[in-house]
Amino acid sequence: MTVILGQTFTGISIGAVLLLIALGLSLTFGQMNVINMAHGEFIMAGAYTTYVLQKSITSAGLSLLVALPVAFLVAGALGALLEWLLIRRLYLRPLDTLLVTWGVSLMLQQLARDIFGAPNVQTRAPDLLTGNITLIGGDDPLTVANSRLFILGLAIAAVVALSLTLRLTPLGRRIRGVVQNRDLAEVSGISTERVDRTAFFIGSGLAGIAGVALTLVGPIGPTMGTNIIIDAFLVIVVGGIGQLKGTVIVAFVLGVLQSVLEYSTTVSVAKVLVLVGIVAFLQWRPQGLYTLRTRSLV
Amino acid sequence: MPLLKGHSARARAGFAAAAVALFGLAPLALSDFRLGLLAKYLCTAMVAVGICLAWGRGGLLTLGQGVFFGLGGYAMAMHLKIADAGPGNLPDFMQLYGTATELPWWWRPFENPVFALAATVLLPMLVAALLGSFIFRRRVKGAYFAILSQALTAAFAIWLIGQQATTGGTNGLTDIQGFFGYDLNDPVNQRMVYFVIAAALLLLMALARQLIHSRYGELLVAVRDSEERVRFLGYDPANVKLVAYVVAAGMAGLAGALFVPAVGIISPAMIGIVPSIEFVIGAAVGGRASLAGAVLGAIGVAWAKTALSEEFPAAWTYFQGLLFIVALAFLPGGLASLVGMVRRRRASHASEEPSPALPVGEAA
Repeated sequence: MTVILGQTFTGISIGAVLLLIALGLSLTFGQMNVINMAHGEFIMAGAYTTYVLQKSITSAGLSLLVALPVAFLVAGALGALLEWLLIRRLYLRPLDTLLVTWGVSLMLQQLARDIFGAPNVQTRAPDLLTGNITLIGGDDPLTVANSRLFILGLAIAAVVALSLTLRLTPLGRRIRGVVQNRDLAEVSGISTERVDRTAFFIGSGLAGIAGVALTLVGPIGPTMGTNIIIDAFLVIVVGGIGQLKGTVIVAFVLGVLQSVLEYSTTVSVAKVLVLVGIVAFLQWRPQGLYTLRTRSLV
Repeated sequence: MPLLKGHSARARAGFAAAAVALFGLAPLALSDFRLGLLAKYLCTAMVAVGICLAWGRGGLLTLGQGVFFGLGGYAMAMHLKIADAGPGNLPDFMQLYGTATELPWWWRPFENPVFALAATVLLPMLVAALLGSFIFRRRVKGAYFAILSQALTAAFAIWLIGQQATTGGTNGLTDIQGFFGYDLNDPVNQRMVYFVIAAALLLLMALARQLIHSRYGELLVAVRDSEERVRFLGYDPANVKLVAYVVAAGMAGLAGALFVPAVGIISPAMIGIVPSIEFVIGAAVGGRASLAGAVLGAIGVAWAKTALSEEFPAAWTYFQGLLFIVALAFLPGGLASLVGMVRRRRASHASEEPSPALPVGEAA
């Protein structure tokens, strides 16, 4: 029984990481229809920010706390720069944004290799996050790593913050307005250019936060973004483009599915099975779990 | 050549020039080593022909050509490994790991050369047909399709790596010695492989041209530009896309199959996400919608990679990234569209005439 519970919790923590990564993407891909392949490298930027900060701030706990806002700003600035330099020219060609940002991601990876070296680096986790917490005691205990709980908390906080921003703030209203009808928003006096850039800043900044979280569970390296970005895209496609609710549910479902399948088969077979499941799911709901109801033909 | 019937004089001249360059000039001018490299680039160009059809003409950005390239490559390599080992023996890597005492059941059919050869093309086409019919019927398209095809590539590469005992894992199938009875270490036979590859490339280009200039080719472009209108005209866009996807898969499969004797190895590193996207770069840089542009772009980019990455691996990555950005953000028709621009300017017609090669309505 605890084996199943343990696997489920591992799945939930995989899901939390996926969610953190997919959250920013859901803003840039879902709301703005930009497929940003460099999102993975913004995650990497967040992770390296944590690494650099730890060099100057010796206390692991303090540096982690400082890293969260700094990584948000660093990755966000990178995203705003990318939007300003390239993406605003490509809003009508979403498929080309995929390839252009892939080019950007190649260059950022190489830049990281040139600055920090090709081998992976590691950060120290604060003492508070290194231990385990016992959920069920007894002969067959169920323990959970503190760092995983921290990531889960971070993911939940990020979702709440993002959804409150979109719902309640004037900026959120402007973003939703631009997404629903760009032309109408423009004639209503909203600067769509500025809204686009701000939304991109926030989405990329969330990638930076995800990068900080990833330093707690794995090594930091130039290719860390590539490996995880496709899973995050799948989460969004299955959840429904631009649907925060769908992203949250699917991230956890895919995380648990992956973890349970890995337990009963192997890592590689589990990956293939999850993909087959996704293709099958899209047969049933081609637009994802949640869709915006519209009267458009497609 | 009956395939060329109905082609314009310019196209025929182009084919003749390509044939002279591939069969006459290149073997005379290049050393055995360089010719071997060219054979490798031509395999990439074969994949680009399919990409030109599926992406340039059909708007299907397939980031998963590595899967089909890999299926063709592994089908060929499995047969050649069995043939190398000789009757009754296991391929060397299986003996090395000692995990398998006899051929796995799914290797057995590849003992038969006819089956293996047919499988190099038909297996990728079958997989593409299955997957495509699922995806296109449910109107999954645009970015969704690109991401799914990319995920498929990742899953396939991961699966291959996981099956160490039967697929060679990360190493792949290496050290292939013979090619249907010919010793691949002999330079003469290497030249023969080059000629086979060059002939295959020309054949695929003729085939693609035939398709592009047929009624079907018109439909494919129509589906790309406005799927709904095509549907209202009574055609099923899913079938139109499926054909392009399946043909492109077959071409990638053949390319993979011929890549194996030219290079002597096939491994997951050649078919994962990165190589799959690299297949697309060449076509994008040369011009996704122009057959000649895609092929020349693929050869050019592959050549630039060898030339640059050996000496300056870091510089190559920056350059590759820049190529992508410049070609797609600033020159979406690729270098081929420059030719068109120059030609139009020279003809001093009103320059407002839109280039037919440019995909217009790609919005998902």
